[in-house]
Amino acid sequence: MPRKKPAQICIVTVTGIDKVGIIARLAAAMAKANINIVDVNQKIMEDYFVMTMAIDMARAQIDIEQLKKKLDRIGDEMSLKITVQDATIFKAMHRV
Amino acid sequence: MPISVEEVFETVKMTLDHHFDIRTVTLGINLKDCMDRNLNAFTRRIEKRIVEKGLLLNKFAETIENRYGIPITNRRIAVTPAALLLEPLPRNIKTAVGLARALDKAAGKAHIDFIGGFGAMVQKGMTSADETLIDAIPQALSKTQRLCGFLNLASTAAGMNMDAVVKFGHTLKKLAHLTKNGIGCAKIAVFANVPEDNPFMAGAHHGIGEPDFSLNIGISGPGVVRNVVLQNPTCDLTQLAEVIKRTVFKITRAGELIGREIAELMNVNFGIVDISLASTTAAGDSVAEIIEAMGVKSMGLPGSTAALALLMNAVKKGGAMASGNIGGLSGTFIPVSEDAGMIRAVRKGTLSLEKLEALTSVCSVGLDMFAVPGDTPAETLSAIIADELSIGIVNNKTTSVRVIPVPRKKAGDIVHFGGLLGSAPVMPVPKITSPKFIARKGRIPASIHALRN
Repeated sequence: MPRKKPAQICIVTVTGIDKVGIIARLAAAMAKANINIVDVNQKIMEDYFVMTMAIDMARAQIDIEQLKKKLDRIGDEMSLKITVQDATIFKAMHRV
Repeated sequence: MPISVEEVFETVKMTLDHHFDIRTVTLGINLKDCMDRNLNAFTRRIEKRIVEKGLLLNKFAETIENRYGIPITNRRIAVTPAALLLEPLPRNIKTAVGLARALDKAAGKAHIDFIGGFGAMVQKGMTSADETLIDAIPQALSKTQRLCGFLNLASTAAGMNMDAVVKFGHTLKKLAHLTKNGIGCAKIAVFANVPEDNPFMAGAHHGIGEPDFSLNIGISGPGVVRNVVLQNPTCDLTQLAEVIKRTVFKITRAGELIGREIAELMNVNFGIVDISLASTTAAGDSVAEIIEAMGVKSMGLPGSTAALALLMNAVKKGGAMASGNIGGLSGTFIPVSEDAGMIRAVRKGTLSLEKLEALTSVCSVGLDMFAVPGDTPAETLSAIIADELSIGIVNNKTTSVRVIPVPRKKAGDIVHFGGLLGSAPVMPVPKITSPKFIARKGRIPASIHALRN
């Protein structure tokens, strides 16, 4: 049996003004690239709408650079700032 | 425990709003094994190595930048001190300038903006190759674009080589005259106790105690620290030190992770994380503004030295907890021309050269990027350097001087250097100075602090 690829978790962060269809747009983009969505959270912080989406890129058909370009396009269209970062950076910075 | 939205947002905001970046990844490259009695054979070998590694550095820095979403602003190279490489070659300025041009050309081909290491360790004495290199500095740094130099003129263990300090005063004047607004002088720093693994220009070089390759990283976050200070406007100073410490811990961890990953991709040793706060001319990315956010009305006023000492202590404690590989300068840069708050303070008259010197006794890295009138005598420049390096010798720390005597400018004029180097108000220097003291030359003996065995 082929071994399961280890997860490669990245965090997509969306900041801006809340509106209809943000999750739908992102979910469609992820599905198209065979990226699994692991978790979604959102909150209003310091007047920002902030949504974080944990995704697993282990089986993705695109790399993080291509995903970044896609998300930039969606961000421009919806007036949102969207970033994507490997989750290791958050663990390094926020966990001892 | 999973990472919360708050934690993710804090990190994202650091880069989006507060200029958090990896200021530099600097690859140290050993060139000792390329040495030759023939300049052409030598430069062919070093060019091949620098171009090959430089291109890889750029490529992998980009990969990691994309992976973690933290900008890596500069990718640089530091090499073995050039004076050592000149040892087997003919003793003339032309040869030294030939080496300078070769380093510059290699950096250009590798798309590296600055290459450091055109320097010498002369704290105790100069070999004839060292002297040749110092004589070649005006031509070498005025005829190249990307090359940076350094000289270690003093150390706690050796004292101060006043012969070299005197010589450098004249070198600096010549260099200033050969470049527009004396800008060439921004490309060389002189030191006491120079670290061999410092990733920041102009003083970066790959020391003789280093391995073949070493990847060093300089983080930077004055904007991030300033923001956390602003968010705590009324807490007491003990608490303020605590919040700064926690913030620096986080940015240092990011730096260490990024440095390690680039080193692994390049298959080279990971060296150190330099936790120095390095300002830029961008609004808010200023060390002076951190001091002002703490409550000091303007940088340079009474209270500034205490505030800077508090800041420095908190930065070091946070950094040391975050990484076992803190090194380089790991202090705070307070360059005049590259920090909007420093420029403002000089123009307002709250920050003088004398206060700047006092500030450097509690932080790295010394009198940095400040302009003085073009008619300042070489002896005065040497005296300013000797004063600053003495602080390093006695306090067992690194201090440096990067001074620009701007031709045809007088105190109060503003000089625009452009780009990263910013602009500087020309600072007044006393007209009456001490040429007799400087003319004595010799070596100021090693500090009593050197006797520790």
